[in-house]
Amino acid sequence: MGDLTALETLVRIAWLAGAVAFVLGLIRMNSPATARNGNLLSAGGMALAIGATIVFLLLEPRQGDVNVVGWVIIAAGIALGGGLGLYTARTVKMTAMPQLVSLFNAVGGGAAALIAIDDYLGLAGTGTLPTLQVNVATVLDIVIGSITFTGSLIASGKLMGLKITPSKPVMIPGGQLVTAALALIVVVGAVYLWAGNLSLAVMVAILAAALVFGVTMTLPIGGADMPVVISLLNSFTGTAVAMAGFVLDNVVLIIAGALVGASGAILTKLMADAMNRSVINIMVGGFGGGEGTQTAAGGAGGSVREISADDAAIQLAYASSVIVVPGYGLAVAQAQHGVRELAELLESRGVDVKYAIHPVAGRMPGHMNVLLAEANVPYPQLREMEEINPEFDRADVALVIGANDVTNPAARHPGSPVSGMPILDVDHAKSIIVIKRSMGRGYAGIDNELYTNPKTGMLFADAKDGLAQLTAAVKAL
Amino acid sequence: MSVELLSALTVFILAILCGFAVISKVPATLHTPLMSGANSIHGIVLVGSMFIAIEATDPAAQVLSFIAVAFATMNVVGGYVVTDRMLQMFKRKPAAASAAGGASAPASASAKPEA
Repeated sequence: MGDLTALETLVRIAWLAGAVAFVLGLIRMNSPATARNGNLLSAGGMALAIGATIVFLLLEPRQGDVNVVGWVIIAAGIALGGGLGLYTARTVKMTAMPQLVSLFNAVGGGAAALIAIDDYLGLAGTGTLPTLQVNVATVLDIVIGSITFTGSLIASGKLMGLKITPSKPVMIPGGQLVTAALALIVVVGAVYLWAGNLSLAVMVAILAAALVFGVTMTLPIGGADMPVVISLLNSFTGTAVAMAGFVLDNVVLIIAGALVGASGAILTKLMADAMNRSVINIMVGGFGGGEGTQTAAGGAGGSVREISADDAAIQLAYASSVIVVPGYGLAVAQAQHGVRELAELLESRGVDVKYAIHPVAGRMPGHMNVLLAEANVPYPQLREMEEINPEFDRADVALVIGANDVTNPAARHPGSPVSGMPILDVDHAKSIIVIKRSMGRGYAGIDNELYTNPKTGMLFADAKDGLAQLTAAVKAL
Repeated sequence: MSVELLSALTVFILAILCGFAVISKVPATLHTPLMSGANSIHGIVLVGSMFIAIEATDPAAQVLSFIAVAFATMNVVGGYVVTDRMLQMFKRKPAAASAAGGASAPASASAKPEA
C-alpha cells in the first residue's frame, strides 16, 4: 500500500466523517426528541461525502483528456434524479408516503446493480477475468440489487393499489416452482462464474432471473404485510450497496451499505415482532390473506348488534370520556381529517377525547402518528398502548375505526393465531362503537370476539363516510 | 488474501455490528421514519455511480452510469426530504404541549379555557 496523495487523504477523511455522521444520525433517530436533528446530521454527512467525491473527480490527476461526457452525465443525472426526488418527496400526501419510500428504495437498489453491471461489461469487453473477491461481489450486487429493484417497485405498486399489482396476495400458478427454478438459475450461474469463467450470457441470465424473482417473491404477499417487506428490501439494498463498495474498492459504500443492511434487518425483525409474526412466515405467504379477505358468514359464535349513526352520536356526545382507536381502515380511507373534525366537535361539548395508538396501527409502525399529526391532531392526545390501556376501564365509549386484530380479545388466551400479540383493551370500556365496512376479517383471518360483545355496537360504513355521518349527527343534536 | 481485501472485510463486518447496535430500543412511532432515514443513507451509492460515470467512454457504459447517477440522486434527495417531512410532524409535540394545540387546534381552545 503506497502513500496516498494529499487530495486522496482529504477525500478519504471526508468519507470517514460522512460515515461517522451516518452512525451518529441513526443513533439520534432512535429517540423522538433528537430524531429530526439526527436526520439532518446524516444528510450533512451525505452532502460532505458527495461533495468531496466531486472535488476529487475534478482535481484528481488522470491520464488523458478530461472526460467531458462523463461530467455531462453526472450533471444531467443529478439534475434529473434530484429534481424528481425533491418534487415527489415534497408533494406526496403523507398517506402515500410508504409507497414513495419503497420507490426510493427501488432506485437505490437499481443504482447498486447498475454499478456491478457496468463493471462486468467493462471486464467482459476486455476479456479480463476479475479477481475472486470482485467476482463474488459483482454477482451478489447484481442479484440483490435486481431483486430489490423489482421487489420494491411491486411493493410500491401494491400500496398504491395499482391494477397490475393488487394489494391482495396474487397467486402465481406453479409459483413455488417458478421461484425455485429462478433461484436455481441464479445459484448455478453464480457458481459457474465464481469457478473462473467469464461469460456475459450467464451474467445476463442471472440478472434476468433475479429481476423476475423480485416480482414473484413480492406479488404473493398481502398488502398488510408490505411494511415488513419494504423494510426487508431496504436492508437488501444496503447489502447491495456494500457489495458495490467491494466491486469499486470504495470504503464509504462498504460502511454505509453494511450499516443500512444490518440496521434494516433489525428494524424488519422489530416490525414483524410487533405484528406477532416471523419474517419467514410473511415471506412464504403465511396465514395472511390481506385486508381483502372477506367472509360471507356474519361472525360465527354470537350475534352482532348493529347501531345507527344517530344512536352512536348520542352515546359519543353525552360521554365524558371517549377513546378513539384508529386502525388500518382509517389509513386506507384517508379519514384522519374526519376523525379530527369529530374529535374537535366532541371536545367543544366538553368530552375528553384521547387516541389509543397501537404500535402497528396503520400501514406501517408509527404511520398512524404521522397521519394524525398531519391532520393537526394535538400530539398530547395521542397515547401509546401501555399508557392508554388502564384508561379503557374509565372510558365511557371506545370508538374503533377500521382497527381489527389489534383489538381482538382472543389474543389474551392461547389457541388463536393472534395469541400473545399485545392488544388494546378496548373491551374494558363501558361501551364500544366499531366503524367497519363489513364483517370481513383482518389479515389474521380470524373472527374478532369484540364484535359479538354485548357492549359493542357496529356501524357498518367506510371510515370516512362513517365519521362524516357521526359528525353530522352530533352537530344535529 | 491481500491486505486491502482484509481491511475492507474488517470494515464491512464492524459496520454490520455497528448497524445492529444502533437500532435497539426504538419506540414503534419512529420505526417508519427510521426506515426512511436508513433508506436515504444507502443513497451513498451516488458516490460509486459518479465514479463509473467519469470512467464511462463507450455508449453502453454512459447510458448505464447516467441511469445509475439519476437513480442514486433520487434516492438521496427524496429520501432525506421525505424523512424530514415525517419528522417535522413529530416536532410539533413540544410546541403543542406548551401551547396546548395553539393555532393548530382552534376548536379545542373553547373547551379548555385555562389553556
